[in-house]
Amino acid sequence: MATPTRTGVRRAISSPLASFAVLLVTVVWTVPTLGLLVTSLRPQQDVANTGWWDFFAHPHLTLANYHDVLFNGGFGVQDGLMPYLVNSIAITVPATIFPIVIASMAAYVLAWIPFRGSDAIFFVIFALQVVPLQMALVPLLQLFSGGAHIGGVTIFPALGMGGTYAPVWIAHTMFALPLAVFLLHNFIAQLPRDLIEAARVDGASHFRVFRSIVLPLATPALASFAIFQFLWVWNDLLVGLTFTGGAPESAPMPSRLAQLSGSFGDHWEILTAGAFVSVVVPLIVFFSLQRYFVRGLLAGSVKG
Amino acid sequence: MHRPTLSGRRAVAVGAAAALTLLAGCSNSSGGNGGTASATPTLTGDCAPFQAYAGHSGTTVTMFASILSPESDALERSWAKFSSCTGIKISYVGSNDFESQLPVRVTGGNAPDLAIIPQPGLLAQMVKTGKVVKPPAQTVANESKWAPIWKSYGSVDGTFYAAPMSANMKSLVWYSPKAFAAAGYQVPTTWADLMALSDKIAKSGKNKPWCGGIGSGTATGWPATDWVEEVVLGKYGGDVYDQWISHQVKFSDPQIIDSMNVVQNWMHNPAWVNGGFGDVSSIASTTFQDAGTPILTGKCSMLQQASFYEAQWPKGTTVGPNGDIWAFKLPAVNPSIPTPVEGGGEFVAAFSSRPEVQAVQNYLSTSEWATSRIKQAPGWVSANQGVDPSIYTDPIDQLSAKYLTDPSATFRFDASDLMVAAIGSGQEWKSFTAWFAQNQSVQKTAADIDAAWPQ
Repeated sequence: MATPTRTGVRRAISSPLASFAVLLVTVVWTVPTLGLLVTSLRPQQDVANTGWWDFFAHPHLTLANYHDVLFNGGFGVQDGLMPYLVNSIAITVPATIFPIVIASMAAYVLAWIPFRGSDAIFFVIFALQVVPLQMALVPLLQLFSGGAHIGGVTIFPALGMGGTYAPVWIAHTMFALPLAVFLLHNFIAQLPRDLIEAARVDGASHFRVFRSIVLPLATPALASFAIFQFLWVWNDLLVGLTFTGGAPESAPMPSRLAQLSGSFGDHWEILTAGAFVSVVVPLIVFFSLQRYFVRGLLAGSVKG
Repeated sequence: MHRPTLSGRRAVAVGAAAALTLLAGCSNSSGGNGGTASATPTLTGDCAPFQAYAGHSGTTVTMFASILSPESDALERSWAKFSSCTGIKISYVGSNDFESQLPVRVTGGNAPDLAIIPQPGLLAQMVKTGKVVKPPAQTVANESKWAPIWKSYGSVDGTFYAAPMSANMKSLVWYSPKAFAAAGYQVPTTWADLMALSDKIAKSGKNKPWCGGIGSGTATGWPATDWVEEVVLGKYGGDVYDQWISHQVKFSDPQIIDSMNVVQNWMHNPAWVNGGFGDVSSIASTTFQDAGTPILTGKCSMLQQASFYEAQWPKGTTVGPNGDIWAFKLPAVNPSIPTPVEGGGEFVAAFSSRPEVQAVQNYLSTSEWATSRIKQAPGWVSANQGVDPSIYTDPIDQLSAKYLTDPSATFRFDASDLMVAAIGSGQEWKSFTAWFAQNQSVQKTAADIDAAWPQ
């Protein structure tokens, strides 16, 4: 039914003019990244005096910036970015898995188990996306470090998790859940009803249906959300810095990157090298999951 | 493209070797610590001077500041001996979001033990949270070696909270002694001489006398506040300056308008600026880090900027009275004001009264620690009068220390750091940027700032 339109679109996209436009946009969007890469490879003196495009006239290359980033310490840390890289992985992997596990279960329940008020709950979760996370930072930090009390009665104990990864995991999970539930709900709700009913008739429990039917079918949606969440957490500075206090024992990579440019912002040749080091891991994730990515981009957002 | 790969491999190998050496160094020093880890030990040998801080071995004090590498590396080296002798580990974290992170951490209940605060206004804000702990008696006693005005900058509503730790001097004009000698210019010692020299350079037609840049990311505008502050202090003196900070003297007051007009004829003078960059509006688009580079190429003669600007000169630039670059003290606009010196500094505030925190606080307030820090690296000055001025190795540090410890000087702290934050690190920056970027009038600039003053 949609075939004529689809070929129409395909023809429009493959016209030389459109190809040229796409090429142009791609080049324009890549130029800043190229500038960053070139800057990271130039000696400090060149970076301070001339723009990165000057490299093409006077090509001096050095890996000294990368050496500084990876091996020169600071703040009582001797091995450069490595501890922060470990922290970033230790923060990002759980902070990606937790919301996916919770949200996929919640999405299944909201989509396939009819109960009174399920629509209202879904709506409230969806509406929570409106709350900006910046607003929740200080109250959440207070809750973690001091607990909650009403007139001397402790409702929520102080967790004493300072200097660990746990506050960052919890914060990221909380901030990710509304979007995760929304996306996965829309995808899971569109799975064929017959499939799930057939499984129920054969005596499968809800957990069995979830594990054997819903999860495998929802893989593209799960993978696409995993990429989004992974990139968001990996690149996040605000939440990581707020909940770890920037200490080398638990702070993620971006908080170290922000320090690299120095007190007076005059070491940005090191900052660019640091930025490229931090890009490596997301690139690995993206390329290993990219076949899900395009499929998953549409998952949950449009019908079909 | 082959060469970098090879040198990269070598770089990795060298780095790995360096990391191993550092690791080895670490394990050695921690082994040495074991011997002093008994209760109330007596420190002997070269650890003896740290006896007063002994007895807290195995503890950790967290410290949060805005100082980043490489300056922070010198800071950490300066207390390395203290740490290895007393066994108190100082866990230092620097952030260039310090001003916004500290309030978040303090109100969130996650305050560091010690914070190094460069703005008395931020200190006052922290004291209002009720989380700042008063310093121990020894710190108060050590503080008396600073000029009395410093104590008032570390105090909030008359109560002393934070001892000053470092000082810097803003009233400097950077110039090239070689270029001055070649052109036959004399270093001006009065404001009238400075203006006459600027006019002379402008009329020579070779280059503009002044260059400037107020770009500084989200803090764009701050160097312009320094120019007005210098003139207010140098023309109307410390009392008017203090009243201006508390808004008893408004920006639209004739004295402040007059001071801004002096700046208008100086850094906003199309015939005098912006050497090497363009017209007056280029001051707003030039970063403060880049502002002085035309002096080295002869396109500009002078730059008003603080002592810490020394770090911005490219490697290989000799800084000294006969070098490529040197600085003279900005003369007082009104010669009857005794040596006006505008500066800044950093204050150590404590959020915990644990004994090891107080030991660190005491140590940082001594002239012994200041001496240890000065010996690590140049670019750092203490206004502690107990510091021997001969230990400064850097000529700019010597020059700054001379004025900062001068008891007869009229020292005042950077006014924009003392005004309420909405003005001093908000509206004043914005309005002064508009003054330069859009050629906004002095009257409108002053009126805008007054209108934004929180009631």
